[in-house]
Amino acid sequence: MTEKIGVYICHCGTNIAGTVDVEGVAQWAADRLNHRGVVIARDYKFMCSSLGQELIEKDIKELGLTRVVVAACSPHLHEQTFRTACARAGLNPYLCELASIREQVSWVHSDKAAATAKAKAVLSGAVERVIQNEPLEPLHVPIHPDTLVVGGGIAGIQAALEIADSGRRVYLVEREPSIGGHMAQFDKTFPTLDCSACILTPKMVSVGSHPNITLLAWSEVEKVDGYVGNFTVTVRKKASYVNDDLCTGCGICWQKCPKKVVDEVFEAGLGYRKAIYTPFAQAVPRYPVIDKPNCTFFLKGTCKACEKFCPTGAIDFTQEDELITVQVGNIILATGYDLFDARRIAQYGYGRLANVFTSLEFERLCNAAGPTNGNIVLRDGKTAPKAVGIIHCVGSRDQNYNAYCSTICCMQSLKFAHLVKERIGAEVYNFYIDIRTPGKGYEEFYQRLLDEGAHFVRGKVAEVSEFARLPGEEGKLVIQVEDTLTGKQRRIPVDMVVLSAGLQSRHDAKQVAKLFGISCSADNWYIERHPKLDPVATMTEGIFIAGCVQGPKDIPASVVQGAAAAARVLGRIQQKEIALEPVRASINQDQCSGCRICNNLCPFNAILFHEDRMVSEVNAALCQGCGTCVAACPAGAISGTGFSNEQILSQIEGLLLLNLNGGRKVAEKAEAVPA
Amino acid sequence: MADQEQFEPVIIGFTCNWCSYRAADLAGTARIKYPPNVRLIRLMCSGRLDPTFVLKALSGGADAVLITGCHPGECHYIEQNYKAMRRFLLMRRTLAQMGIEPGRIKLVWASAAEGVKLAQEITNMVEEIRALGPLNWPKPADGNGHLSVKPELEEVAA
Repeated sequence: MTEKIGVYICHCGTNIAGTVDVEGVAQWAADRLNHRGVVIARDYKFMCSSLGQELIEKDIKELGLTRVVVAACSPHLHEQTFRTACARAGLNPYLCELASIREQVSWVHSDKAAATAKAKAVLSGAVERVIQNEPLEPLHVPIHPDTLVVGGGIAGIQAALEIADSGRRVYLVEREPSIGGHMAQFDKTFPTLDCSACILTPKMVSVGSHPNITLLAWSEVEKVDGYVGNFTVTVRKKASYVNDDLCTGCGICWQKCPKKVVDEVFEAGLGYRKAIYTPFAQAVPRYPVIDKPNCTFFLKGTCKACEKFCPTGAIDFTQEDELITVQVGNIILATGYDLFDARRIAQYGYGRLANVFTSLEFERLCNAAGPTNGNIVLRDGKTAPKAVGIIHCVGSRDQNYNAYCSTICCMQSLKFAHLVKERIGAEVYNFYIDIRTPGKGYEEFYQRLLDEGAHFVRGKVAEVSEFARLPGEEGKLVIQVEDTLTGKQRRIPVDMVVLSAGLQSRHDAKQVAKLFGISCSADNWYIERHPKLDPVATMTEGIFIAGCVQGPKDIPASVVQGAAAAARVLGRIQQKEIALEPVRASINQDQCSGCRICNNLCPFNAILFHEDRMVSEVNAALCQGCGTCVAACPAGAISGTGFSNEQILSQIEGLLLLNLNGGRKVAEKAEAVPA
Repeated sequence: MADQEQFEPVIIGFTCNWCSYRAADLAGTARIKYPPNVRLIRLMCSGRLDPTFVLKALSGGADAVLITGCHPGECHYIEQNYKAMRRFLLMRRTLAQMGIEPGRIKLVWASAAEGVKLAQEITNMVEEIRALGPLNWPKPADGNGHLSVKPELEEVAA
């Protein structure tokens, strides 16, 4: 063998050494794999520490190692660390291979002998693979300085402003006619009771007037091509039938529009808007849109009241959807959440019992700009409730619906309780499983509510009904609950029930994830690159996430993530280019028979066929490195760097211990996996 | 298995860098236990799986092969997992013609979030292969290319 391989086994404290005999593995590698070129095998407490890395560097220099294998954690954690260490010592970083003996061995197996045997096999596989590794150079890709932000809620607004303020261009795409998101619908924000609109609208105005922000409201992303640094994004700007260049936002059109429509989105079904509308007074952009399915002109062919009264002639019924193509280097997804549909819990009566409200409806009731001008009243629009029941964890922490905690509902419910007390002085009952108030000033707010005399009943509500069984229940909504602190069944009559509905992922989260090439968790929240250390990046280079799209969170956390994602993007832009893994396919032109089987397999159209020479060729800029063509080529003419046939076939031999002195014997197979 | 010497199969598993490999990482981080009989290989995509790899593993001593990839519609490379599925079905049929039980090759979808599922699938598969017993390839007789149905004595002894 011409290669000189250094093998390093990490203890990872006791993470690996607790289940795997690391010294034994190192000794085994030195004894049994020496004929494959292993010249040194060491074990060390923490290979990723600077001392551990120096160990590798020293051996490369002194022993002239030509290959390095580190048996430690998952390559997704420390591959870069060890590759960089090799590079520092003058060895091509791609000649270093990681064997995952923590995530795939010590953490998932309990039997020490079996785990040690598997660690040996995994190490042997990595040794065989590394022999076949080729020195590679990373691909350097320039980063386009513009950024796309999808979603104009508070997280997206924050991200867009941070990037735009630093002098870079941002395209902000929003599905609704105005940015603002859920925060624009709220009345107050916990625990400080700031007016939500008062703190949000200045930011919205900044977005609308920022010279570096191109706001594409009433628009949706239709197609995403390309890769990090150079995405080509097609945005569908839906026809609003209003010419933005002429419209002044004066509002005469929606005053004159004769068609009233229930506003299911912004007013949560409690209020009305016109068929030409802006969702709320402070909307950004201020231009209205025509709701085509409800517009009298589009339905019956006559009306055009808006057009007649528009002083600038901005109404244009012939407008069509426009496809806008933008070039960006990075993308931030901040598409937010949907409210849990409280109808799904039939026993709580939402949609059947008039005075059962969702949390979003209650926000609109409290809001001075809402359908009741901020008066907390029953569905009849005039009666103030004398007693209000607030049910926590509706659709959250429930195996039947969503198992997770929606994070914000406790504080939101406390806020509602406070507003009821403050505005109408009614009795308030909170029905909770646990009160969770982890946040700055949150626990203090809970104490304040206790002092204000709100009632707290610990127990999951069984049913909300309108059937009176006891005196005093007539005409009331009766909340049936087991009070788990006293161990008694209670029936509490109230006038109004507020369901603190949980948050769930957007109904189309999966499609959007597919569009951008990122992955979703089982609950369809988008998966971050690392749950603790990289919460705003995704596994897909150049795509970042911020806000509730990653999981339920409150406004401060969403703002933090928006800013964090912006910082990550700005860092990329500052670097001007990014180094990518050189995992690409290439076709040996002499071996290619021109059968064109690979041509149709590539989903990125990266393989072109030269009619003149009758051979196919891979465009490295378009190739994403999946390797499907490599596997399919009947002539074996396509090779995939980083995952070549030789590497994988050798790894299989190594994993099956076919490489040991004298070949594989039954005894060695037994040694590998003892009973 | 009443024998005290329980048969321990060796399974080679192919994982996709974007989903099942991360599911394996997640199973590790969450300390979800599964039997140590499976040895994983990372590919960039299940679409990279060359049928040769499966044959190599089975001829080299593995008792079974596990192929894992992203759920249909969730492929990181848009649709390459469908190609893996097509190859899987073809491979299973081809292997059956060679006298290999279809259960020795298995395809499992596991997203990056499904560490528990992956661990469970591995556990199930180890049990299934344990029930099937070791993979004993039919041997060619007298070099004439025909498979011998008569097991050779040393193989039985092994």
